[in-house]
Amino acid sequence: MSLLNVFDIAGSAMSAQTVRMNVTASNMANMDAVSSSTGETYRARHPVFETVYSDFMRDDSISNGVRVAGIIESQAPLREEYRPEHPKADENGYIFYPNVNSIEEMTNMISASRTYQNNVEIINASKQMLLRTLSIGQ
Amino acid sequence: MDNLFGIHAAALKLRANRAELLAANIANADTPNFKARDIDFKQTLKLAAGKSGEMVTTNARHINSAGTSKMGAEIMYRTPTQPSLDGNTVDLQTERSAFLENSMMYQASLRFLNGRISGLMTAIRGEI
Repeated sequence: MSLLNVFDIAGSAMSAQTVRMNVTASNMANMDAVSSSTGETYRARHPVFETVYSDFMRDDSISNGVRVAGIIESQAPLREEYRPEHPKADENGYIFYPNVNSIEEMTNMISASRTYQNNVEIINASKQMLLRTLSIGQ
Repeated sequence: MDNLFGIHAAALKLRANRAELLAANIANADTPNFKARDIDFKQTLKLAAGKSGEMVTTNARHINSAGTSKMGAEIMYRTPTQPSLDGNTVDLQTERSAFLENSMMYQASLRFLNGRISGLMTAIRGEI
């Protein structure tokens, strides 16, 4: 039943987009987490998606879902600020802010939630199709 | 009995397969380097119904001209309308409307089948 595979595919996309939402939330939450050295400062994280190719020899599925291949840390430079009175300032009086770009994170969040919604609708449409198929001839 | 339902049985199966393919396109809307795929429905249905204008095989050792995928259809890559930096060719709007159209057509096929079945039932019962 290929319509049942639609649930797997759309489900995999939903879980991947949830990871993206989680990472975005974590980036937003840590936006102002300052520290006194570049090493221990939070860096923005982003998930990398990849296609899951099904085993053509064994599986009768023709198409593929998606999964999170890994999460990379942004290599953008950290923002440093001269704040000698800050308790976390280093010996030169600097504190380091994470390299989280709030605009980038907001657009990421919108994109993730739209894609999530799209997949929910695909699942709903497939459910309708399956239910109609079950009631055939009645 | 096979001719009873005509082309609709084959169409239903193909529509379900195409739904899966389009769902995969939508699922991979954010995957780098993913290429959107689809089938030529008309041509595939022709092949499935066996009324093909294509080459036919008359010997078991002939090689079929149809695609070799599990679907019995040639899965083709979509021509991208808007190239994107990450090499992804999924256009969400196109895929959404294709999916919608596909599921409408699926339900149309179901409706035809239902009509055929209820006609048969009437004939079997002999009542009006």
